[in-house]
Amino acid sequence: MSTDDLSRKGQDILHIVGKAKEFTEELLKENERLRFKIASLEASGGGQMADDRVKTLDRRVHELEDKLAEVEARYRKVEEENKEFADRYIEIEEQNNNLANLYVASYQLHSTLDFKEVVRIVQEIVINLIGAEVFAVYLFDGNSQDLAVAASEGLPPSAFPKCSLGTGPLGKAVASTETTCWDTARSDDLRQPIVCIPLAIQKRPIGAIAIYSLLQQKNGFTALDHELFTLLGGHAATAIFAARLYSQSERKLNTIQGFIDLLTK
Amino acid sequence: MERHRILIVEDSPTMRQLLVFALRRLKNVEIVEAQDGMDGLRKISSDHFDLALIDINMPVMDGLKLISLIRGEDTLKEIPIIVITTEGAKEDRDRALVLGANEYLTKPIQANRVLALARGLLKIE
Repeated sequence: MSTDDLSRKGQDILHIVGKAKEFTEELLKENERLRFKIASLEASGGGQMADDRVKTLDRRVHELEDKLAEVEARYRKVEEENKEFADRYIEIEEQNNNLANLYVASYQLHSTLDFKEVVRIVQEIVINLIGAEVFAVYLFDGNSQDLAVAASEGLPPSAFPKCSLGTGPLGKAVASTETTCWDTARSDDLRQPIVCIPLAIQKRPIGAIAIYSLLQQKNGFTALDHELFTLLGGHAATAIFAARLYSQSERKLNTIQGFIDLLTK
Repeated sequence: MERHRILIVEDSPTMRQLLVFALRRLKNVEIVEAQDGMDGLRKISSDHFDLALIDINMPVMDGLKLISLIRGEDTLKEIPIIVITTEGAKEDRDRALVLGANEYLTKPIQANRVLALARGLLKIE
């Protein structure tokens, strides 16, 4: 290595050392500046403020979380209440419909004093409101203990057997004055109905409705049907009894009037 | 608000009263009753109706005849018809629908079903 080379190399090293010295001085100055900044921040309480802000926000988050939980609980409660209201509405709607059926049946039964008309209304109720296909309306034959068919549907009246109070399934059911349902959907034996509704006034039977089969779209008896059985048992009985009395009294009145006319002429 | 006019053609006074009871729950409706097919034809021909409920088994003129007459008349053929009957057989339903009935309901009826169908056909809430 020549002297010139050594001299150039020495200058390079000196240059590098000089640069390193400058950089170190700059670092020291920056360090000093940052120290001063920290000291001033600490003096003005900035760190404390930041801590407080974090704490406040943390508290707020907890508050909002509690509120959210409360709102969710209330929402669940309101939803449950809504479901209860909806169920109740359906129930009331059903009751309303049932009451309408019972009201109409009762209204129609007492809308006339014509015997044939009352029996026709009984038939209408049994067909349209209960949905019976084959049935007969039995009434006591005069003062005897025999029940005779006053009206029927699905089969002619002559097809139904006569029956006596207290004998056979029908006669026994009538004697009990309680509606009797047999556990069957259809009966082709006319001595054995599927349901017997005794028509009675204060436990005194005046007849019965015997149902043998239901319309094909009707699968069985509902709660409303049982209400209608009870209504028919009492109201159809009084309506039929009143209509019979009225027609008898009218006939008697005509006879008496005729007799008086005969005497006074 | 538009007033809807409904015609009930049914020979049974019990059923007519029950249907009136149910349909009265719709807002703004006027209900007219006819007691047989002929009475129904007279009423539907002489006035405007938005819906007709027709029974099948009726004296004088049955419901199927009435439906075919309504559907054959230009001024009446658009009136929606609900058949209400005791006849539950599929062929009875098909016959009524082929003749032009819009809906077919069998007895015993459920008031809410009648109301839902009437609302749908009258396009009311």
